[in-house]
Amino acid sequence: MKAVLLGATSGMGRALSRLLAERGESLFLLGIPADDLSRSAKDLEARGAREVGWLECDLLQPKGFAGALERADQALGGFDLVVVSAGLFGSQERLEADPEFCQKLLAANFANTVAFCEEARKRMLPRGGGTLCVWSSVAGERGRKPVILYGAAKAGLTRYLEGLDHKFRSEGLVTITVKPGFVRTSMTEGLKPPPFAGEPDGVARQVLRALDRGTPVVYAPPIWGLVMLVIRNLPRFVMRRIGF
Amino acid sequence: MERASENFEAATASAALSRGLGRSYGDASLPASPADVVANSRRADRILGFDPGSGVLRAEAGLSLRDLNRVFLRRGWASPVSPGTQYVTLGGMVASDVHGGNHHVAGTFGEHVRSLRMRVADGRVLEVSEQTEPELFRATLGGMGLTGHILEVELKMERIPSAWLYTETRRVADIDDLVETLLESSRRWPMTKTWFDSTQRGPGMGRGFAVMGRWAEAGEAPPQPPLLRERLSVPPLPIGLVNALTVSVFNKLWFHSQSRPRAAIAHPQAFFWPLDGLLHWNRLYGPRGFAQYQCVLPIERDTRVVRRFFAIMTRRGCPSPVSVIKDCGAEGRGLLSFPKPGISIALDVPLRGERTQALVDALNEIVLEAGGRVYMAKDVLTRGTHFRAMEPRLPHFLEVRRKWDPERRLRSALSVRLLGDDV
Ligand SMILES: Cc1cc2nc3c(=O)[nH]c(=O)nc-3n(C[C@H](O)[C@H](O)[C@H](O)COP(=O)(O)OP(=O)(O)OC[C@H]3O[C@@H](n4cnc5c(N)ncnc54)[C@H](O)[C@@H]3O)c2cc1C
Repeated sequence: MKAVLLGATSGMGRALSRLLAERGESLFLLGIPADDLSRSAKDLEARGAREVGWLECDLLQPKGFAGALERADQALGGFDLVVVSAGLFGSQERLEADPEFCQKLLAANFANTVAFCEEARKRMLPRGGGTLCVWSSVAGERGRKPVILYGAAKAGLTRYLEGLDHKFRSEGLVTITVKPGFVRTSMTEGLKPPPFAGEPDGVARQVLRALDRGTPVVYAPPIWGLVMLVIRNLPRFVMRRIGF
Repeated sequence: MERASENFEAATASAALSRGLGRSYGDASLPASPADVVANSRRADRILGFDPGSGVLRAEAGLSLRDLNRVFLRRGWASPVSPGTQYVTLGGMVASDVHGGNHHVAGTFGEHVRSLRMRVADGRVLEVSEQTEPELFRATLGGMGLTGHILEVELKMERIPSAWLYTETRRVADIDDLVETLLESSRRWPMTKTWFDSTQRGPGMGRGFAVMGRWAEAGEAPPQPPLLRERLSVPPLPIGLVNALTVSVFNKLWFHSQSRPRAAIAHPQAFFWPLDGLLHWNRLYGPRGFAQYQCVLPIERDTRVVRRFFAIMTRRGCPSPVSVIKDCGAEGRGLLSFPKPGISIALDVPLRGERTQALVDALNEIVLEAGGRVYMAKDVLTRGTHFRAMEPRLPHFLEVRRKWDPERRLRSALSVRLLGDDV
C-alpha cells in the first residue's frame, strides 16, 4: 500500500502509521509543524516503512490541500490509501465561550475535512479507486449535551462519508469511517476516562483490520458499537433528561 | 498534576519531575507535593535514528523497552541491559541506571549511553555527554530524575546472533551453594541469576535454583523470531493471595519442580521478563500491596554477612515469592548508580505497617555495616539517615545538583524522603 496520512504524528494516527510501517508500506505524512513531521518520518523509517516523505499541510488552510496531495502523489508514484485522523477538539464549555475557536473547530472538523476528502477522491477514482479512511466520532451519533458543537461537526462528516461510500464503492473507492469512543490520547488528556476507555494501539489494530477487509464503519473500542446502538434508539424525552 | 503529551519537550517546561511508565516500585516517580507538575514521557516514544553499522540508536525518552524489542530483536539487535520488566522507558532506565542479569559483564545501562538531550532546571535544553558536560552526565545516570528532564537518549545497542536464549538451570541446596554457584557460573556465563525460597529456614536456608544464559547461536535457535505475547490480567482481589502459607507452598513446589539440571532454548520473555506475562500481577498481594527492597552486599572473601542477612529475613518472616540474587560487577560511572561488586538481593515485602518498616530497618543495619547500599528505584522504606550513611558519593552528587539546580526546583517524593528536600 502507498498511503497518505493527515494527522499521523499523534494519537491514533501515530499508532496506525506505525502498524503500516511495520508492514513495510510507503508513507507520506501531512500535517504541522515541520519538525514534528520529520521526527515521525524518522520513527516510521526505523520501524520498517519502505519510504517516508512528508510535507507541511494545515487542516485550517484548505487552499493548500490540492498542492499537498499533488506532491504526495509524485513522491509515492500514486497512492491507494488516504487516512485523515487530524482534527480539533474543544469542550462544549470552551466552544460556547469562544466563538472564534468554535468557528475554527467547525471548519476543521467538517468543511475542511470534506474538502480534503474531495481532493483525495478526485485523485483516486480515475485510477480505479483505493481506500479513504477518516476519523469521525461517536459524538456525531446523537445530539448530546456534553458535545453539541463538536458532535454536530462530526455528525455532518459521518453523513458525508456514508454517502461517499454508497456512491463510489462500486467504482472501487472504499470509504471507512472510524468512530472512536473514549480513547486515551493527548486529545482526551485531563478528561475523566469512562470504564471502557480504549488505547490508541488497540484502535489502530482494529482500523488496520478494517482497511484489509473494507469494513465501512469501525466503532473503537468495539463496545461503543453497542453503547451507540442503545443511544441511537433512546427516545428524545429520555435523551433530554440524561446527562450523557 | 501529571502532563503527558507527544511533545515531551513542551511538557517538561516548569515540571518538577519526569516520569516514565511508573515501574519503579517506590516513590521515585511520585511528586513531592500534589501541586508539582510531573511530565509523563510515555507518549514521546519516537525512534529518531538507528545506524545498523554501529548499532547506535537515538530515541525519545518515552520509548519503551517493549517497543524497542518488538522492532529490533528480529533484526538482530538488543538493548545491552534489560531489567526484569519490559514496561519501562529509556528515560526511566537512564534515571535508574538499571542493571540486568548480565551486570558482571555489561555493567549498567548507563555504560552504553552515548549522549542525552536534557532540559535542566533553569529551562535550557542541552546535549549532555561525557564530552560536553561530564559531571552532569554522570549525575544523571542513576540520578532518579533529579538533575533534569531527559528528552532523548542515544545508546549503543548489542548485536545478537539470534533473538532466543540458550539457558541452563540448576538447583542449589543452600545459601553457600547458592553464592558459590553464582560466582562460579558468572565466570563462564554472560547472564546469571538465582531464585531462592525466602521462607525456608534452618539447614536448607537459601535453597533455590540458578539460571545461566546467553543469546543462542543462529544454528541452535528456532528459525522464526519469538513472538512477544500479550498479557493475562489478574483481577482486583479482595484479599491477598500472597501470604506466608501460600508462598511457602508455592516455593516448595517450585523448588521440587526443578529437580534435574536442564538445558533449554528459552523465549526472551520467559528469561528476562517472567512477570510481564501477568498484567497487574501485583494485585495478587491484595489491596494492601507490597514494596520491593533491593540491596547489594559486598562479600569479598566471606559470605557470613549474607547468612546474617538471610537469618534476619527468614526469622522476621518475609514471604516473598520473587526473590532474586545476582552478582554484581564493577561500579558504574553514574554518581549514584546502584550496583557495586558483591551480591545483590531483591525481595518483595508485603506491606504490613510497622512490622515491615522494622524489617527494612534491620536489613539496612546489616547493609550499612557490610558497606553495601540500597536501590532507590525499588525502595520506599529506607530512612534518610540510613541512606546518607550508605552513600559516600552523595556529597559529590549534591554538589553537582547544587550547581545545576540551586533552588532545587526538581524534586520527588523520594528526594524529600532520602535527600531532605522541602515539600
Ligand atoms: C517487575 C519489575 C522488575 C524489575 N527488574 C529490575 C531489574 O532487574 N534491574 C533494575 O535495575 N531495575 C528493575 N526494575 C526497576 C525498573 O527497571 C526501574 O524502576 C525503571 O527505572 C522504571 O522505568 P520507568 O520508565 O517505569 O520509570 P519511572 O518508574 O516512571 O521513573 C523512575 C525514575 O526515573 C525518573 N525518570 C523517568 N523518566 C525520566 C525522564 N524522561 N527524565 C528524567 N527522569 C526520568 C523518574 O523521575 C524516577 O526517578 C524492575 C521493576 C519491575 C516492576
